[in-house]
Amino acid sequence: MDPAFLAVQALSGLSSASSLFITACGLTIVFGVTRIVNFAHGSLYMIGAYTAATLVPRLLELSFGPATFWAGILASALIVGLIGVLIEVLLLRRIYGAPELFQLLATFGVVLVVQDLVVQVFGPQDILGPRAPGLRAPVEILGRRFPSYELVLIAAGPVVLGLVWLLLRKTRFGVLVRAATQDRDMVASLGVNQAMLFTGTLFLGAFLAGLGGALQIPRVSANTGMDLSIIAEAFVVTVVGGMGSVPGAFLAALIIGQLQAFGILIFPKSTLVVVFLLMAVVLAVRPYGFFGRAEVIGGTHAVGIASHKRMPRGTLAAWIAIAALACLPLVGDAYLLKVATEILIFALFAFSLQLLIGVGGLVSFGHAAFFGLGAYGAALAVKWYGASMEAALPLGLCLAALGAALIGAFVVRLSGIYLAMMTLAAAQILYAVAFQWVEVTGGDNGIVGVWPSGWASGPVPYYLLTLAVTVVAVFLLRRIIDAPFGYALRAARDSEARAEAIGLKVRQHRWLAFVISGAAAGLAGGIYAFSRGSVDPSLLGISTSVDALTMLLLGGIQTVTGPLVGAGVLHFLRDLIMPLTPFWRLLLGLSIIAMVLIFPRGLVGTIRYWREERA
Amino acid sequence: MSTPLLEVWNLCAFYGRAQVLFDLTFRLQAGEVMALVGRNGAGKTTTLKAIMGLVSASAKQATFKGHSLGSLPTYKIARLGLGYVPEDRRIFTDLTVEENLETGRRQASAGRSPWTPERLFRLFPNLAEMRGRRGNQMSGGEQQMLAIARTLMGNPDAILLDEPSEGIAPVIVQMMAEAVRAMKAEGVAVLLSEQNWAFAAGISDRACVIERGEIRFQGSMAELMANEALRAETLGV
Repeated sequence: MDPAFLAVQALSGLSSASSLFITACGLTIVFGVTRIVNFAHGSLYMIGAYTAATLVPRLLELSFGPATFWAGILASALIVGLIGVLIEVLLLRRIYGAPELFQLLATFGVVLVVQDLVVQVFGPQDILGPRAPGLRAPVEILGRRFPSYELVLIAAGPVVLGLVWLLLRKTRFGVLVRAATQDRDMVASLGVNQAMLFTGTLFLGAFLAGLGGALQIPRVSANTGMDLSIIAEAFVVTVVGGMGSVPGAFLAALIIGQLQAFGILIFPKSTLVVVFLLMAVVLAVRPYGFFGRAEVIGGTHAVGIASHKRMPRGTLAAWIAIAALACLPLVGDAYLLKVATEILIFALFAFSLQLLIGVGGLVSFGHAAFFGLGAYGAALAVKWYGASMEAALPLGLCLAALGAALIGAFVVRLSGIYLAMMTLAAAQILYAVAFQWVEVTGGDNGIVGVWPSGWASGPVPYYLLTLAVTVVAVFLLRRIIDAPFGYALRAARDSEARAEAIGLKVRQHRWLAFVISGAAAGLAGGIYAFSRGSVDPSLLGISTSVDALTMLLLGGIQTVTGPLVGAGVLHFLRDLIMPLTPFWRLLLGLSIIAMVLIFPRGLVGTIRYWREERA
Repeated sequence: MSTPLLEVWNLCAFYGRAQVLFDLTFRLQAGEVMALVGRNGAGKTTTLKAIMGLVSASAKQATFKGHSLGSLPTYKIARLGLGYVPEDRRIFTDLTVEENLETGRRQASAGRSPWTPERLFRLFPNLAEMRGRRGNQMSGGEQQMLAIARTLMGNPDAILLDEPSEGIAPVIVQMMAEAVRAMKAEGVAVLLSEQNWAFAAGISDRACVIERGEIRFQGSMAELMANEALRAETLGV
């Protein structure tokens, strides 16, 4: 191969590594001190890009020159740093002690809020920033032209690494930050005000995110999709490098930069797959990344379960509820039945997550993977083999169970936040495959023409079918949860070491939980595909996973009716809010944040808690 | 009697719904060493943690230098001049000896000669030889010295010292005794939680015997030494 081409490829790999490192470095520092995985870090990056793309041209009009350009970039990063302080003071400060799952959800709420605000402040169109004065001419490398700005970026990464290193090693702030990374209570016992330390850390992290975003403006235009695409990559970098480790992030960014630069030659369409495969391999060998250390968190703490009671038994009330739902077609019109069908499907989906999170203490942040696999499995069977609904649904379920078996085999080795990140990554791989393997999956357009068999078509029969499947599946899951297998999972959730000491094969149990939960989610996905007549990649996306989590938490972990109530309330809110306002993301984000702050036990869980307190 | 440096009354503490401390009332005078003694699980560690605000005490009535500790956050309690050395030492293992000392540094109150790393290295010569070493490469005894030195860097008026003799070599225990005497000579009061009777008896002015979360005896060390029946019953010595 042409050496000049390879050199240019390697250089562009280095420059994207630099950009990625600067952003991921902030994420890893914030995690190290606060133990919060900040989903909103990508949003801060996006704000940095928008701010710089808006601010720098105005400054250049006043005084054109390199100094102005770089001052504008730094000013944008500073502004983002202050926004980070605002987020810390208003939200993060209140959830440091909260279970990890709630922290992830709350910061995802911030992502939604920022998405709407950015459109509101900067307008819906992409903004192309100015090129850097003095760096407009390309340089020649082995006879090939290479943008000189990229060379500056290549240098920026190591410079930031050096400055962060000095800050952390040579200043009192740095020493305290490193101490707090290890033992927050001890730092407080020595008289250090953690609040100031955390606010400072968030400023630093947000500043770096803003800097990473601002540095992009001569390369890519600021757009509204930047936040989720960078956060996925930044997650990979921090997880591969070891969460909380700055040098680890640097090393991981270097490797990933090169993988992307050269992976494009192997998988021209999907460098994302290569990147996530790297993550899977690294975590399989080193469960805490290159330089990470074992996390003691996870299990009960991850999901914050207080109740050790059995799930309530099926009572007369349950039968009445089922009967009432079965009678719904007598009173409801077609639209209501369609909504009710969706609510039931998502209730089953959320309940399948219940087994992992509520019972297993395993925070799956990529449960959409199994829902989507079920949907795609069914749709592909219809599209390519002309399968009937009766055949396609079990096939979808099997595909989801198979996927869960594969993904589960990887992730049961992990715990806590690493597990959440890994499941998220797995879902993102599948999303990328569905999106990019156009010949098979139809890409962005998805697959259409997935209709139920004659006897089940029409709102009423399909609603009754969905109800029957959901009730049976939930009943079976309930049996599993109250069976010795469920007790073993709970034992492992509450204390992994003790569960192993009494002879439980924790990993094996957890793996089986993944398979069962994946199969149930796949069943829900398949039914969903037939209810809509089509599938598309968004079924596998982060928002679908977050939907399931929101429903589960809204309803309350460890309740039977919780997922149903959660699915109902979320759908109701969406159907109510979305048509009324262009700010539905903002409202949804704020609702998620409010839910985490006000109802950490979920709606049903809170009611139960009140009752128990009164008793 | 002069006003006490640290005064605690009716201290109760709970883990979940289980009450572990029942109405503890005691005082620590400036410059004295008082030992909290009792069997394993009696509530000594919890008492110190409750004073520092590290476990939730239902109704904490305590004053330090006349300031109410009521619901103050831990860092503010520490800033009043109350140092805390936890039983598991909790050295920052990723930080060097000097960096560990830096985390504890606080301004000394006027008129006192402040503790500096150099002075502390004279007190604990072992540490002087390993200034650049990381906490995870130190022995238990060395970590214990560092934990005490780190807290002294805050120039406290009193130290809550939890089980300094636990799990360390006898020769180091001797050094701990020296260190406590040196602190006392500097005017630092010490509230010592200890299971090692000989160690506690050798360095304390007064003693407070705790059994199942309740105070069984309070008085001078000499009195407790004399009361063999009580010692045999509550401490087994």
